[in-house]
Amino acid sequence: MSDARDPTQFDPVVPNTGEEYEPLEVFPEDEGFDLRPGADSCYKCSTCDTNCPVAEVDDDFPGPKFQGPEQWRLKQTDDDYEIDPSISECSNCLRCDTSCPSGVNLAQMHNTARGEYVDNQVSKFSVKYVRNRILANYRTSAYFASMVPRTANFFMNFGPVRWAMEKVMHIPSEREFPEFATQTFRQWWAERGGAKVHSEDKKIAYFHGCYSNYNTPEVAKALVRIYEYFGYEVMVPEQKCSGTPMFANGMLDDARRHAETNVENLTAAIEDGADIVASCTSCSMALRNEYPELFDIDGIDDLAAHTYDAIEYLRIHTDVRQELEQAEISGELADEFAYHAPCHARNQGLERQAIELFRNLDGVSVEDVGDSCSGISGTYGWKSEKYEKSMEIGSEMFEHMEESEGTTGMTECPTCASQMEHGTGYDIRHPLELIEAALIK
Amino acid sequence: MSLAVQTSRLTGVSEMAIESDVLVIGGGLAGLSSAISAAREGADVRLVTYKQSTLRQASGLIDVLGYTPNGEGPLTDPYDAIPELPEEHPYRIVGEDTVRDAMSMFDAVVDTYRGGHTDTNALLPTYGGTVKPTARYPDGAAAGLASDDRDLLLVGFEAMPDFDAPHVAAHLEAAGVPFDVRGETIQFPGDLMDDAKVTRYAKLLENNGPVEVRGRERGARDALVERLNPLIENEQRIGLPAVLGDADAAGVRAALEAELGTEVFEVPATPPSLPGVRLEDRLFEALDEVGGNFESGNPVVSFDGQDRVETVYVDKQDARIPFSAEQYVLATGGLVGKGVESDREHVYEPIFDCHVAHSEDRYDWFDEDVFGDHPFAGFGVDPDPELRPLDGSGSPEFENLRAAGSVLGGYDFAAEKSGSGVSIATGYHAGRIAAQEAQ
Repeated sequence: MSDARDPTQFDPVVPNTGEEYEPLEVFPEDEGFDLRPGADSCYKCSTCDTNCPVAEVDDDFPGPKFQGPEQWRLKQTDDDYEIDPSISECSNCLRCDTSCPSGVNLAQMHNTARGEYVDNQVSKFSVKYVRNRILANYRTSAYFASMVPRTANFFMNFGPVRWAMEKVMHIPSEREFPEFATQTFRQWWAERGGAKVHSEDKKIAYFHGCYSNYNTPEVAKALVRIYEYFGYEVMVPEQKCSGTPMFANGMLDDARRHAETNVENLTAAIEDGADIVASCTSCSMALRNEYPELFDIDGIDDLAAHTYDAIEYLRIHTDVRQELEQAEISGELADEFAYHAPCHARNQGLERQAIELFRNLDGVSVEDVGDSCSGISGTYGWKSEKYEKSMEIGSEMFEHMEESEGTTGMTECPTCASQMEHGTGYDIRHPLELIEAALIK
Repeated sequence: MSLAVQTSRLTGVSEMAIESDVLVIGGGLAGLSSAISAAREGADVRLVTYKQSTLRQASGLIDVLGYTPNGEGPLTDPYDAIPELPEEHPYRIVGEDTVRDAMSMFDAVVDTYRGGHTDTNALLPTYGGTVKPTARYPDGAAAGLASDDRDLLLVGFEAMPDFDAPHVAAHLEAAGVPFDVRGETIQFPGDLMDDAKVTRYAKLLENNGPVEVRGRERGARDALVERLNPLIENEQRIGLPAVLGDADAAGVRAALEAELGTEVFEVPATPPSLPGVRLEDRLFEALDEVGGNFESGNPVVSFDGQDRVETVYVDKQDARIPFSAEQYVLATGGLVGKGVESDREHVYEPIFDCHVAHSEDRYDWFDEDVFGDHPFAGFGVDPDPELRPLDGSGSPEFENLRAAGSVLGGYDFAAEKSGSGVSIATGYHAGRIAAQEAQ
């Protein structure tokens, strides 16, 4: 007699996840977040692999399908399994996560695996670890540099200093350090006396992040003026780094420390009736996507649900589109722009908002330079051993920028901006600066 | 409010939906066809899509109809067979003329494809060594036509087991193709690792990027030519895996052809498929050219409205972003694309909960024969002649919602080889009517 199962007793497992999905516990219990539904949803279509900018230039890199679902499964079945060192070749652009047709949470998988790799398999005394820790904690360096901005600007791009940094720290001497502003955004905000518009029902709390505070306060000021123009009361809570560079370097403990401060102060602002907006698309992605995936902090889900990109929020809550259609730009910003959508903007579905918003704005033209990655991915391109790869990934964007009409670049991401400038020599502006120039005389 | 700052003349509104005339949900072939056709009609169009579509998993061939639902075929003329299709088949619902008009739109928009000169199906070899009837094919596959009697050399790469050239050649020979065909396998220059991505091959070939060959640095394309040249006996065409460039496939092919002195073609691929990626890129570019807006990455999860859809909501980590339009097109895909979902009790359409007819007993959803006539293959919404999904009693679920592509029921695209044609025809039809209604 056959021992095949009686077909009337056939009991298939529910095929795909959905919210009520409860996985069978066949693997030992894990204390972290449960990544199984994601691993199970992967049907190996390899869409992620075709979107990976690193795999396109480095055939030793096994790609996101391996780094995510496949490695997770290996980890469950083999107690001695060590995270494959190739995880540190992943640039954390998260295009795999953006593209997956099955909604597999590749960002969470990569961040978790990278954290585990750095915690357990990387020597805390190695030069690379120390260097990565310094790069990941950019806020700390920027904090000290901004106390003496002119001196810092001189020394950070001073030949002999950079030679020494290359030799000792493996920081590529080809790159130019971003300039520190002589007055930080927060200093400006304090000097100005804080908010000039007060409102009971229209409030936003601005997460400016490190870069627009220390390096590009003009972006932060533009944001403040635009929101006040639309009648919003702007709040600027105390804040630390969003954590993006720390996730990318596997330093989850550092990221968590910063996240705790951010969640506490930003949720307090939410209780006061504010929504959170960020001008850097990696910061907004960290607060809305990565925080709830990686940390369990009181209020973290509430923060995620109330966080927006600054322009996205304007599109939903104000007449910015209609006003821009009637506006005109003259002066310095009446220009042709080559726009690059940052990968982390893409992850939030924001890759076309600047193109769309400025389509009918008189006095400017904004051209999309295509869907390639800039290649810098925050701190990735700031490592000597990754510099060439970073530039090879970026080469497609550089070419498209050069083919486009404009000779000024535009993007929301500060590190993409530095790569765009590095590869083409163009001046790079933020879309908020253009909105300010159009609406506020 | 202080007078020290300039403020907007307009009074603020607490939350305003992002508006357009026509909102298309879904970014595959059907969604893109609807959005492009609506924009060509002059409508202000927006397409929202959750992540990337199954178009990337498709071969890049555009089939209209290869076989009848009874399995007869390969069909010579797909249009001849349309009147004989069952009444509920999407082609019967939109009509043969609409299918033709839709294919003309495709031809006008995608100028890198061929086959539009005739109604007759072309026959193309596949990775599996079968010969597939199809209505349109990329330029890059043209030299591979099975109706061409010139002898053929197929060359595969060792590290790419998906395309086994000698096996494909043997299959083609067994299928009785009217030419001699040989298959050879070589190592791709630079000895790429076994799991190198198709995009890696494409990038190396497109840039003639550096690879190491016997200790010397060489351009990958030049080195490939050197390995292919000695294999050619008297064949006038060489078929390679579909990795010949990404953005500039025509340039890669032309460079190889010039060096080899033979025609070069790509055999349409299994997933992940660069021909599918290129087609997707071209269609998004076309949508941009006609002024359509689009955004991807987040799902539409809910809506407001009773008889009409008023607003739909895109979910971004629990923040709900409202989008509203006069007219909506549902092009979310079928069971694989997740436009049709199922649990143990039900088969359903997840956004609007449009009626999907199915047996109560789930054991009736499939056939016991693996390659049998599976009812699930035809699961989807049943529309009226304007492609509005109908409820259980036969009335439109919403007056301003139309459906296109594999979210529609009534056909089995895998068996019929009709997936692309149905997506283009119903996308075109839904987009066109939506644009007319919106204006």
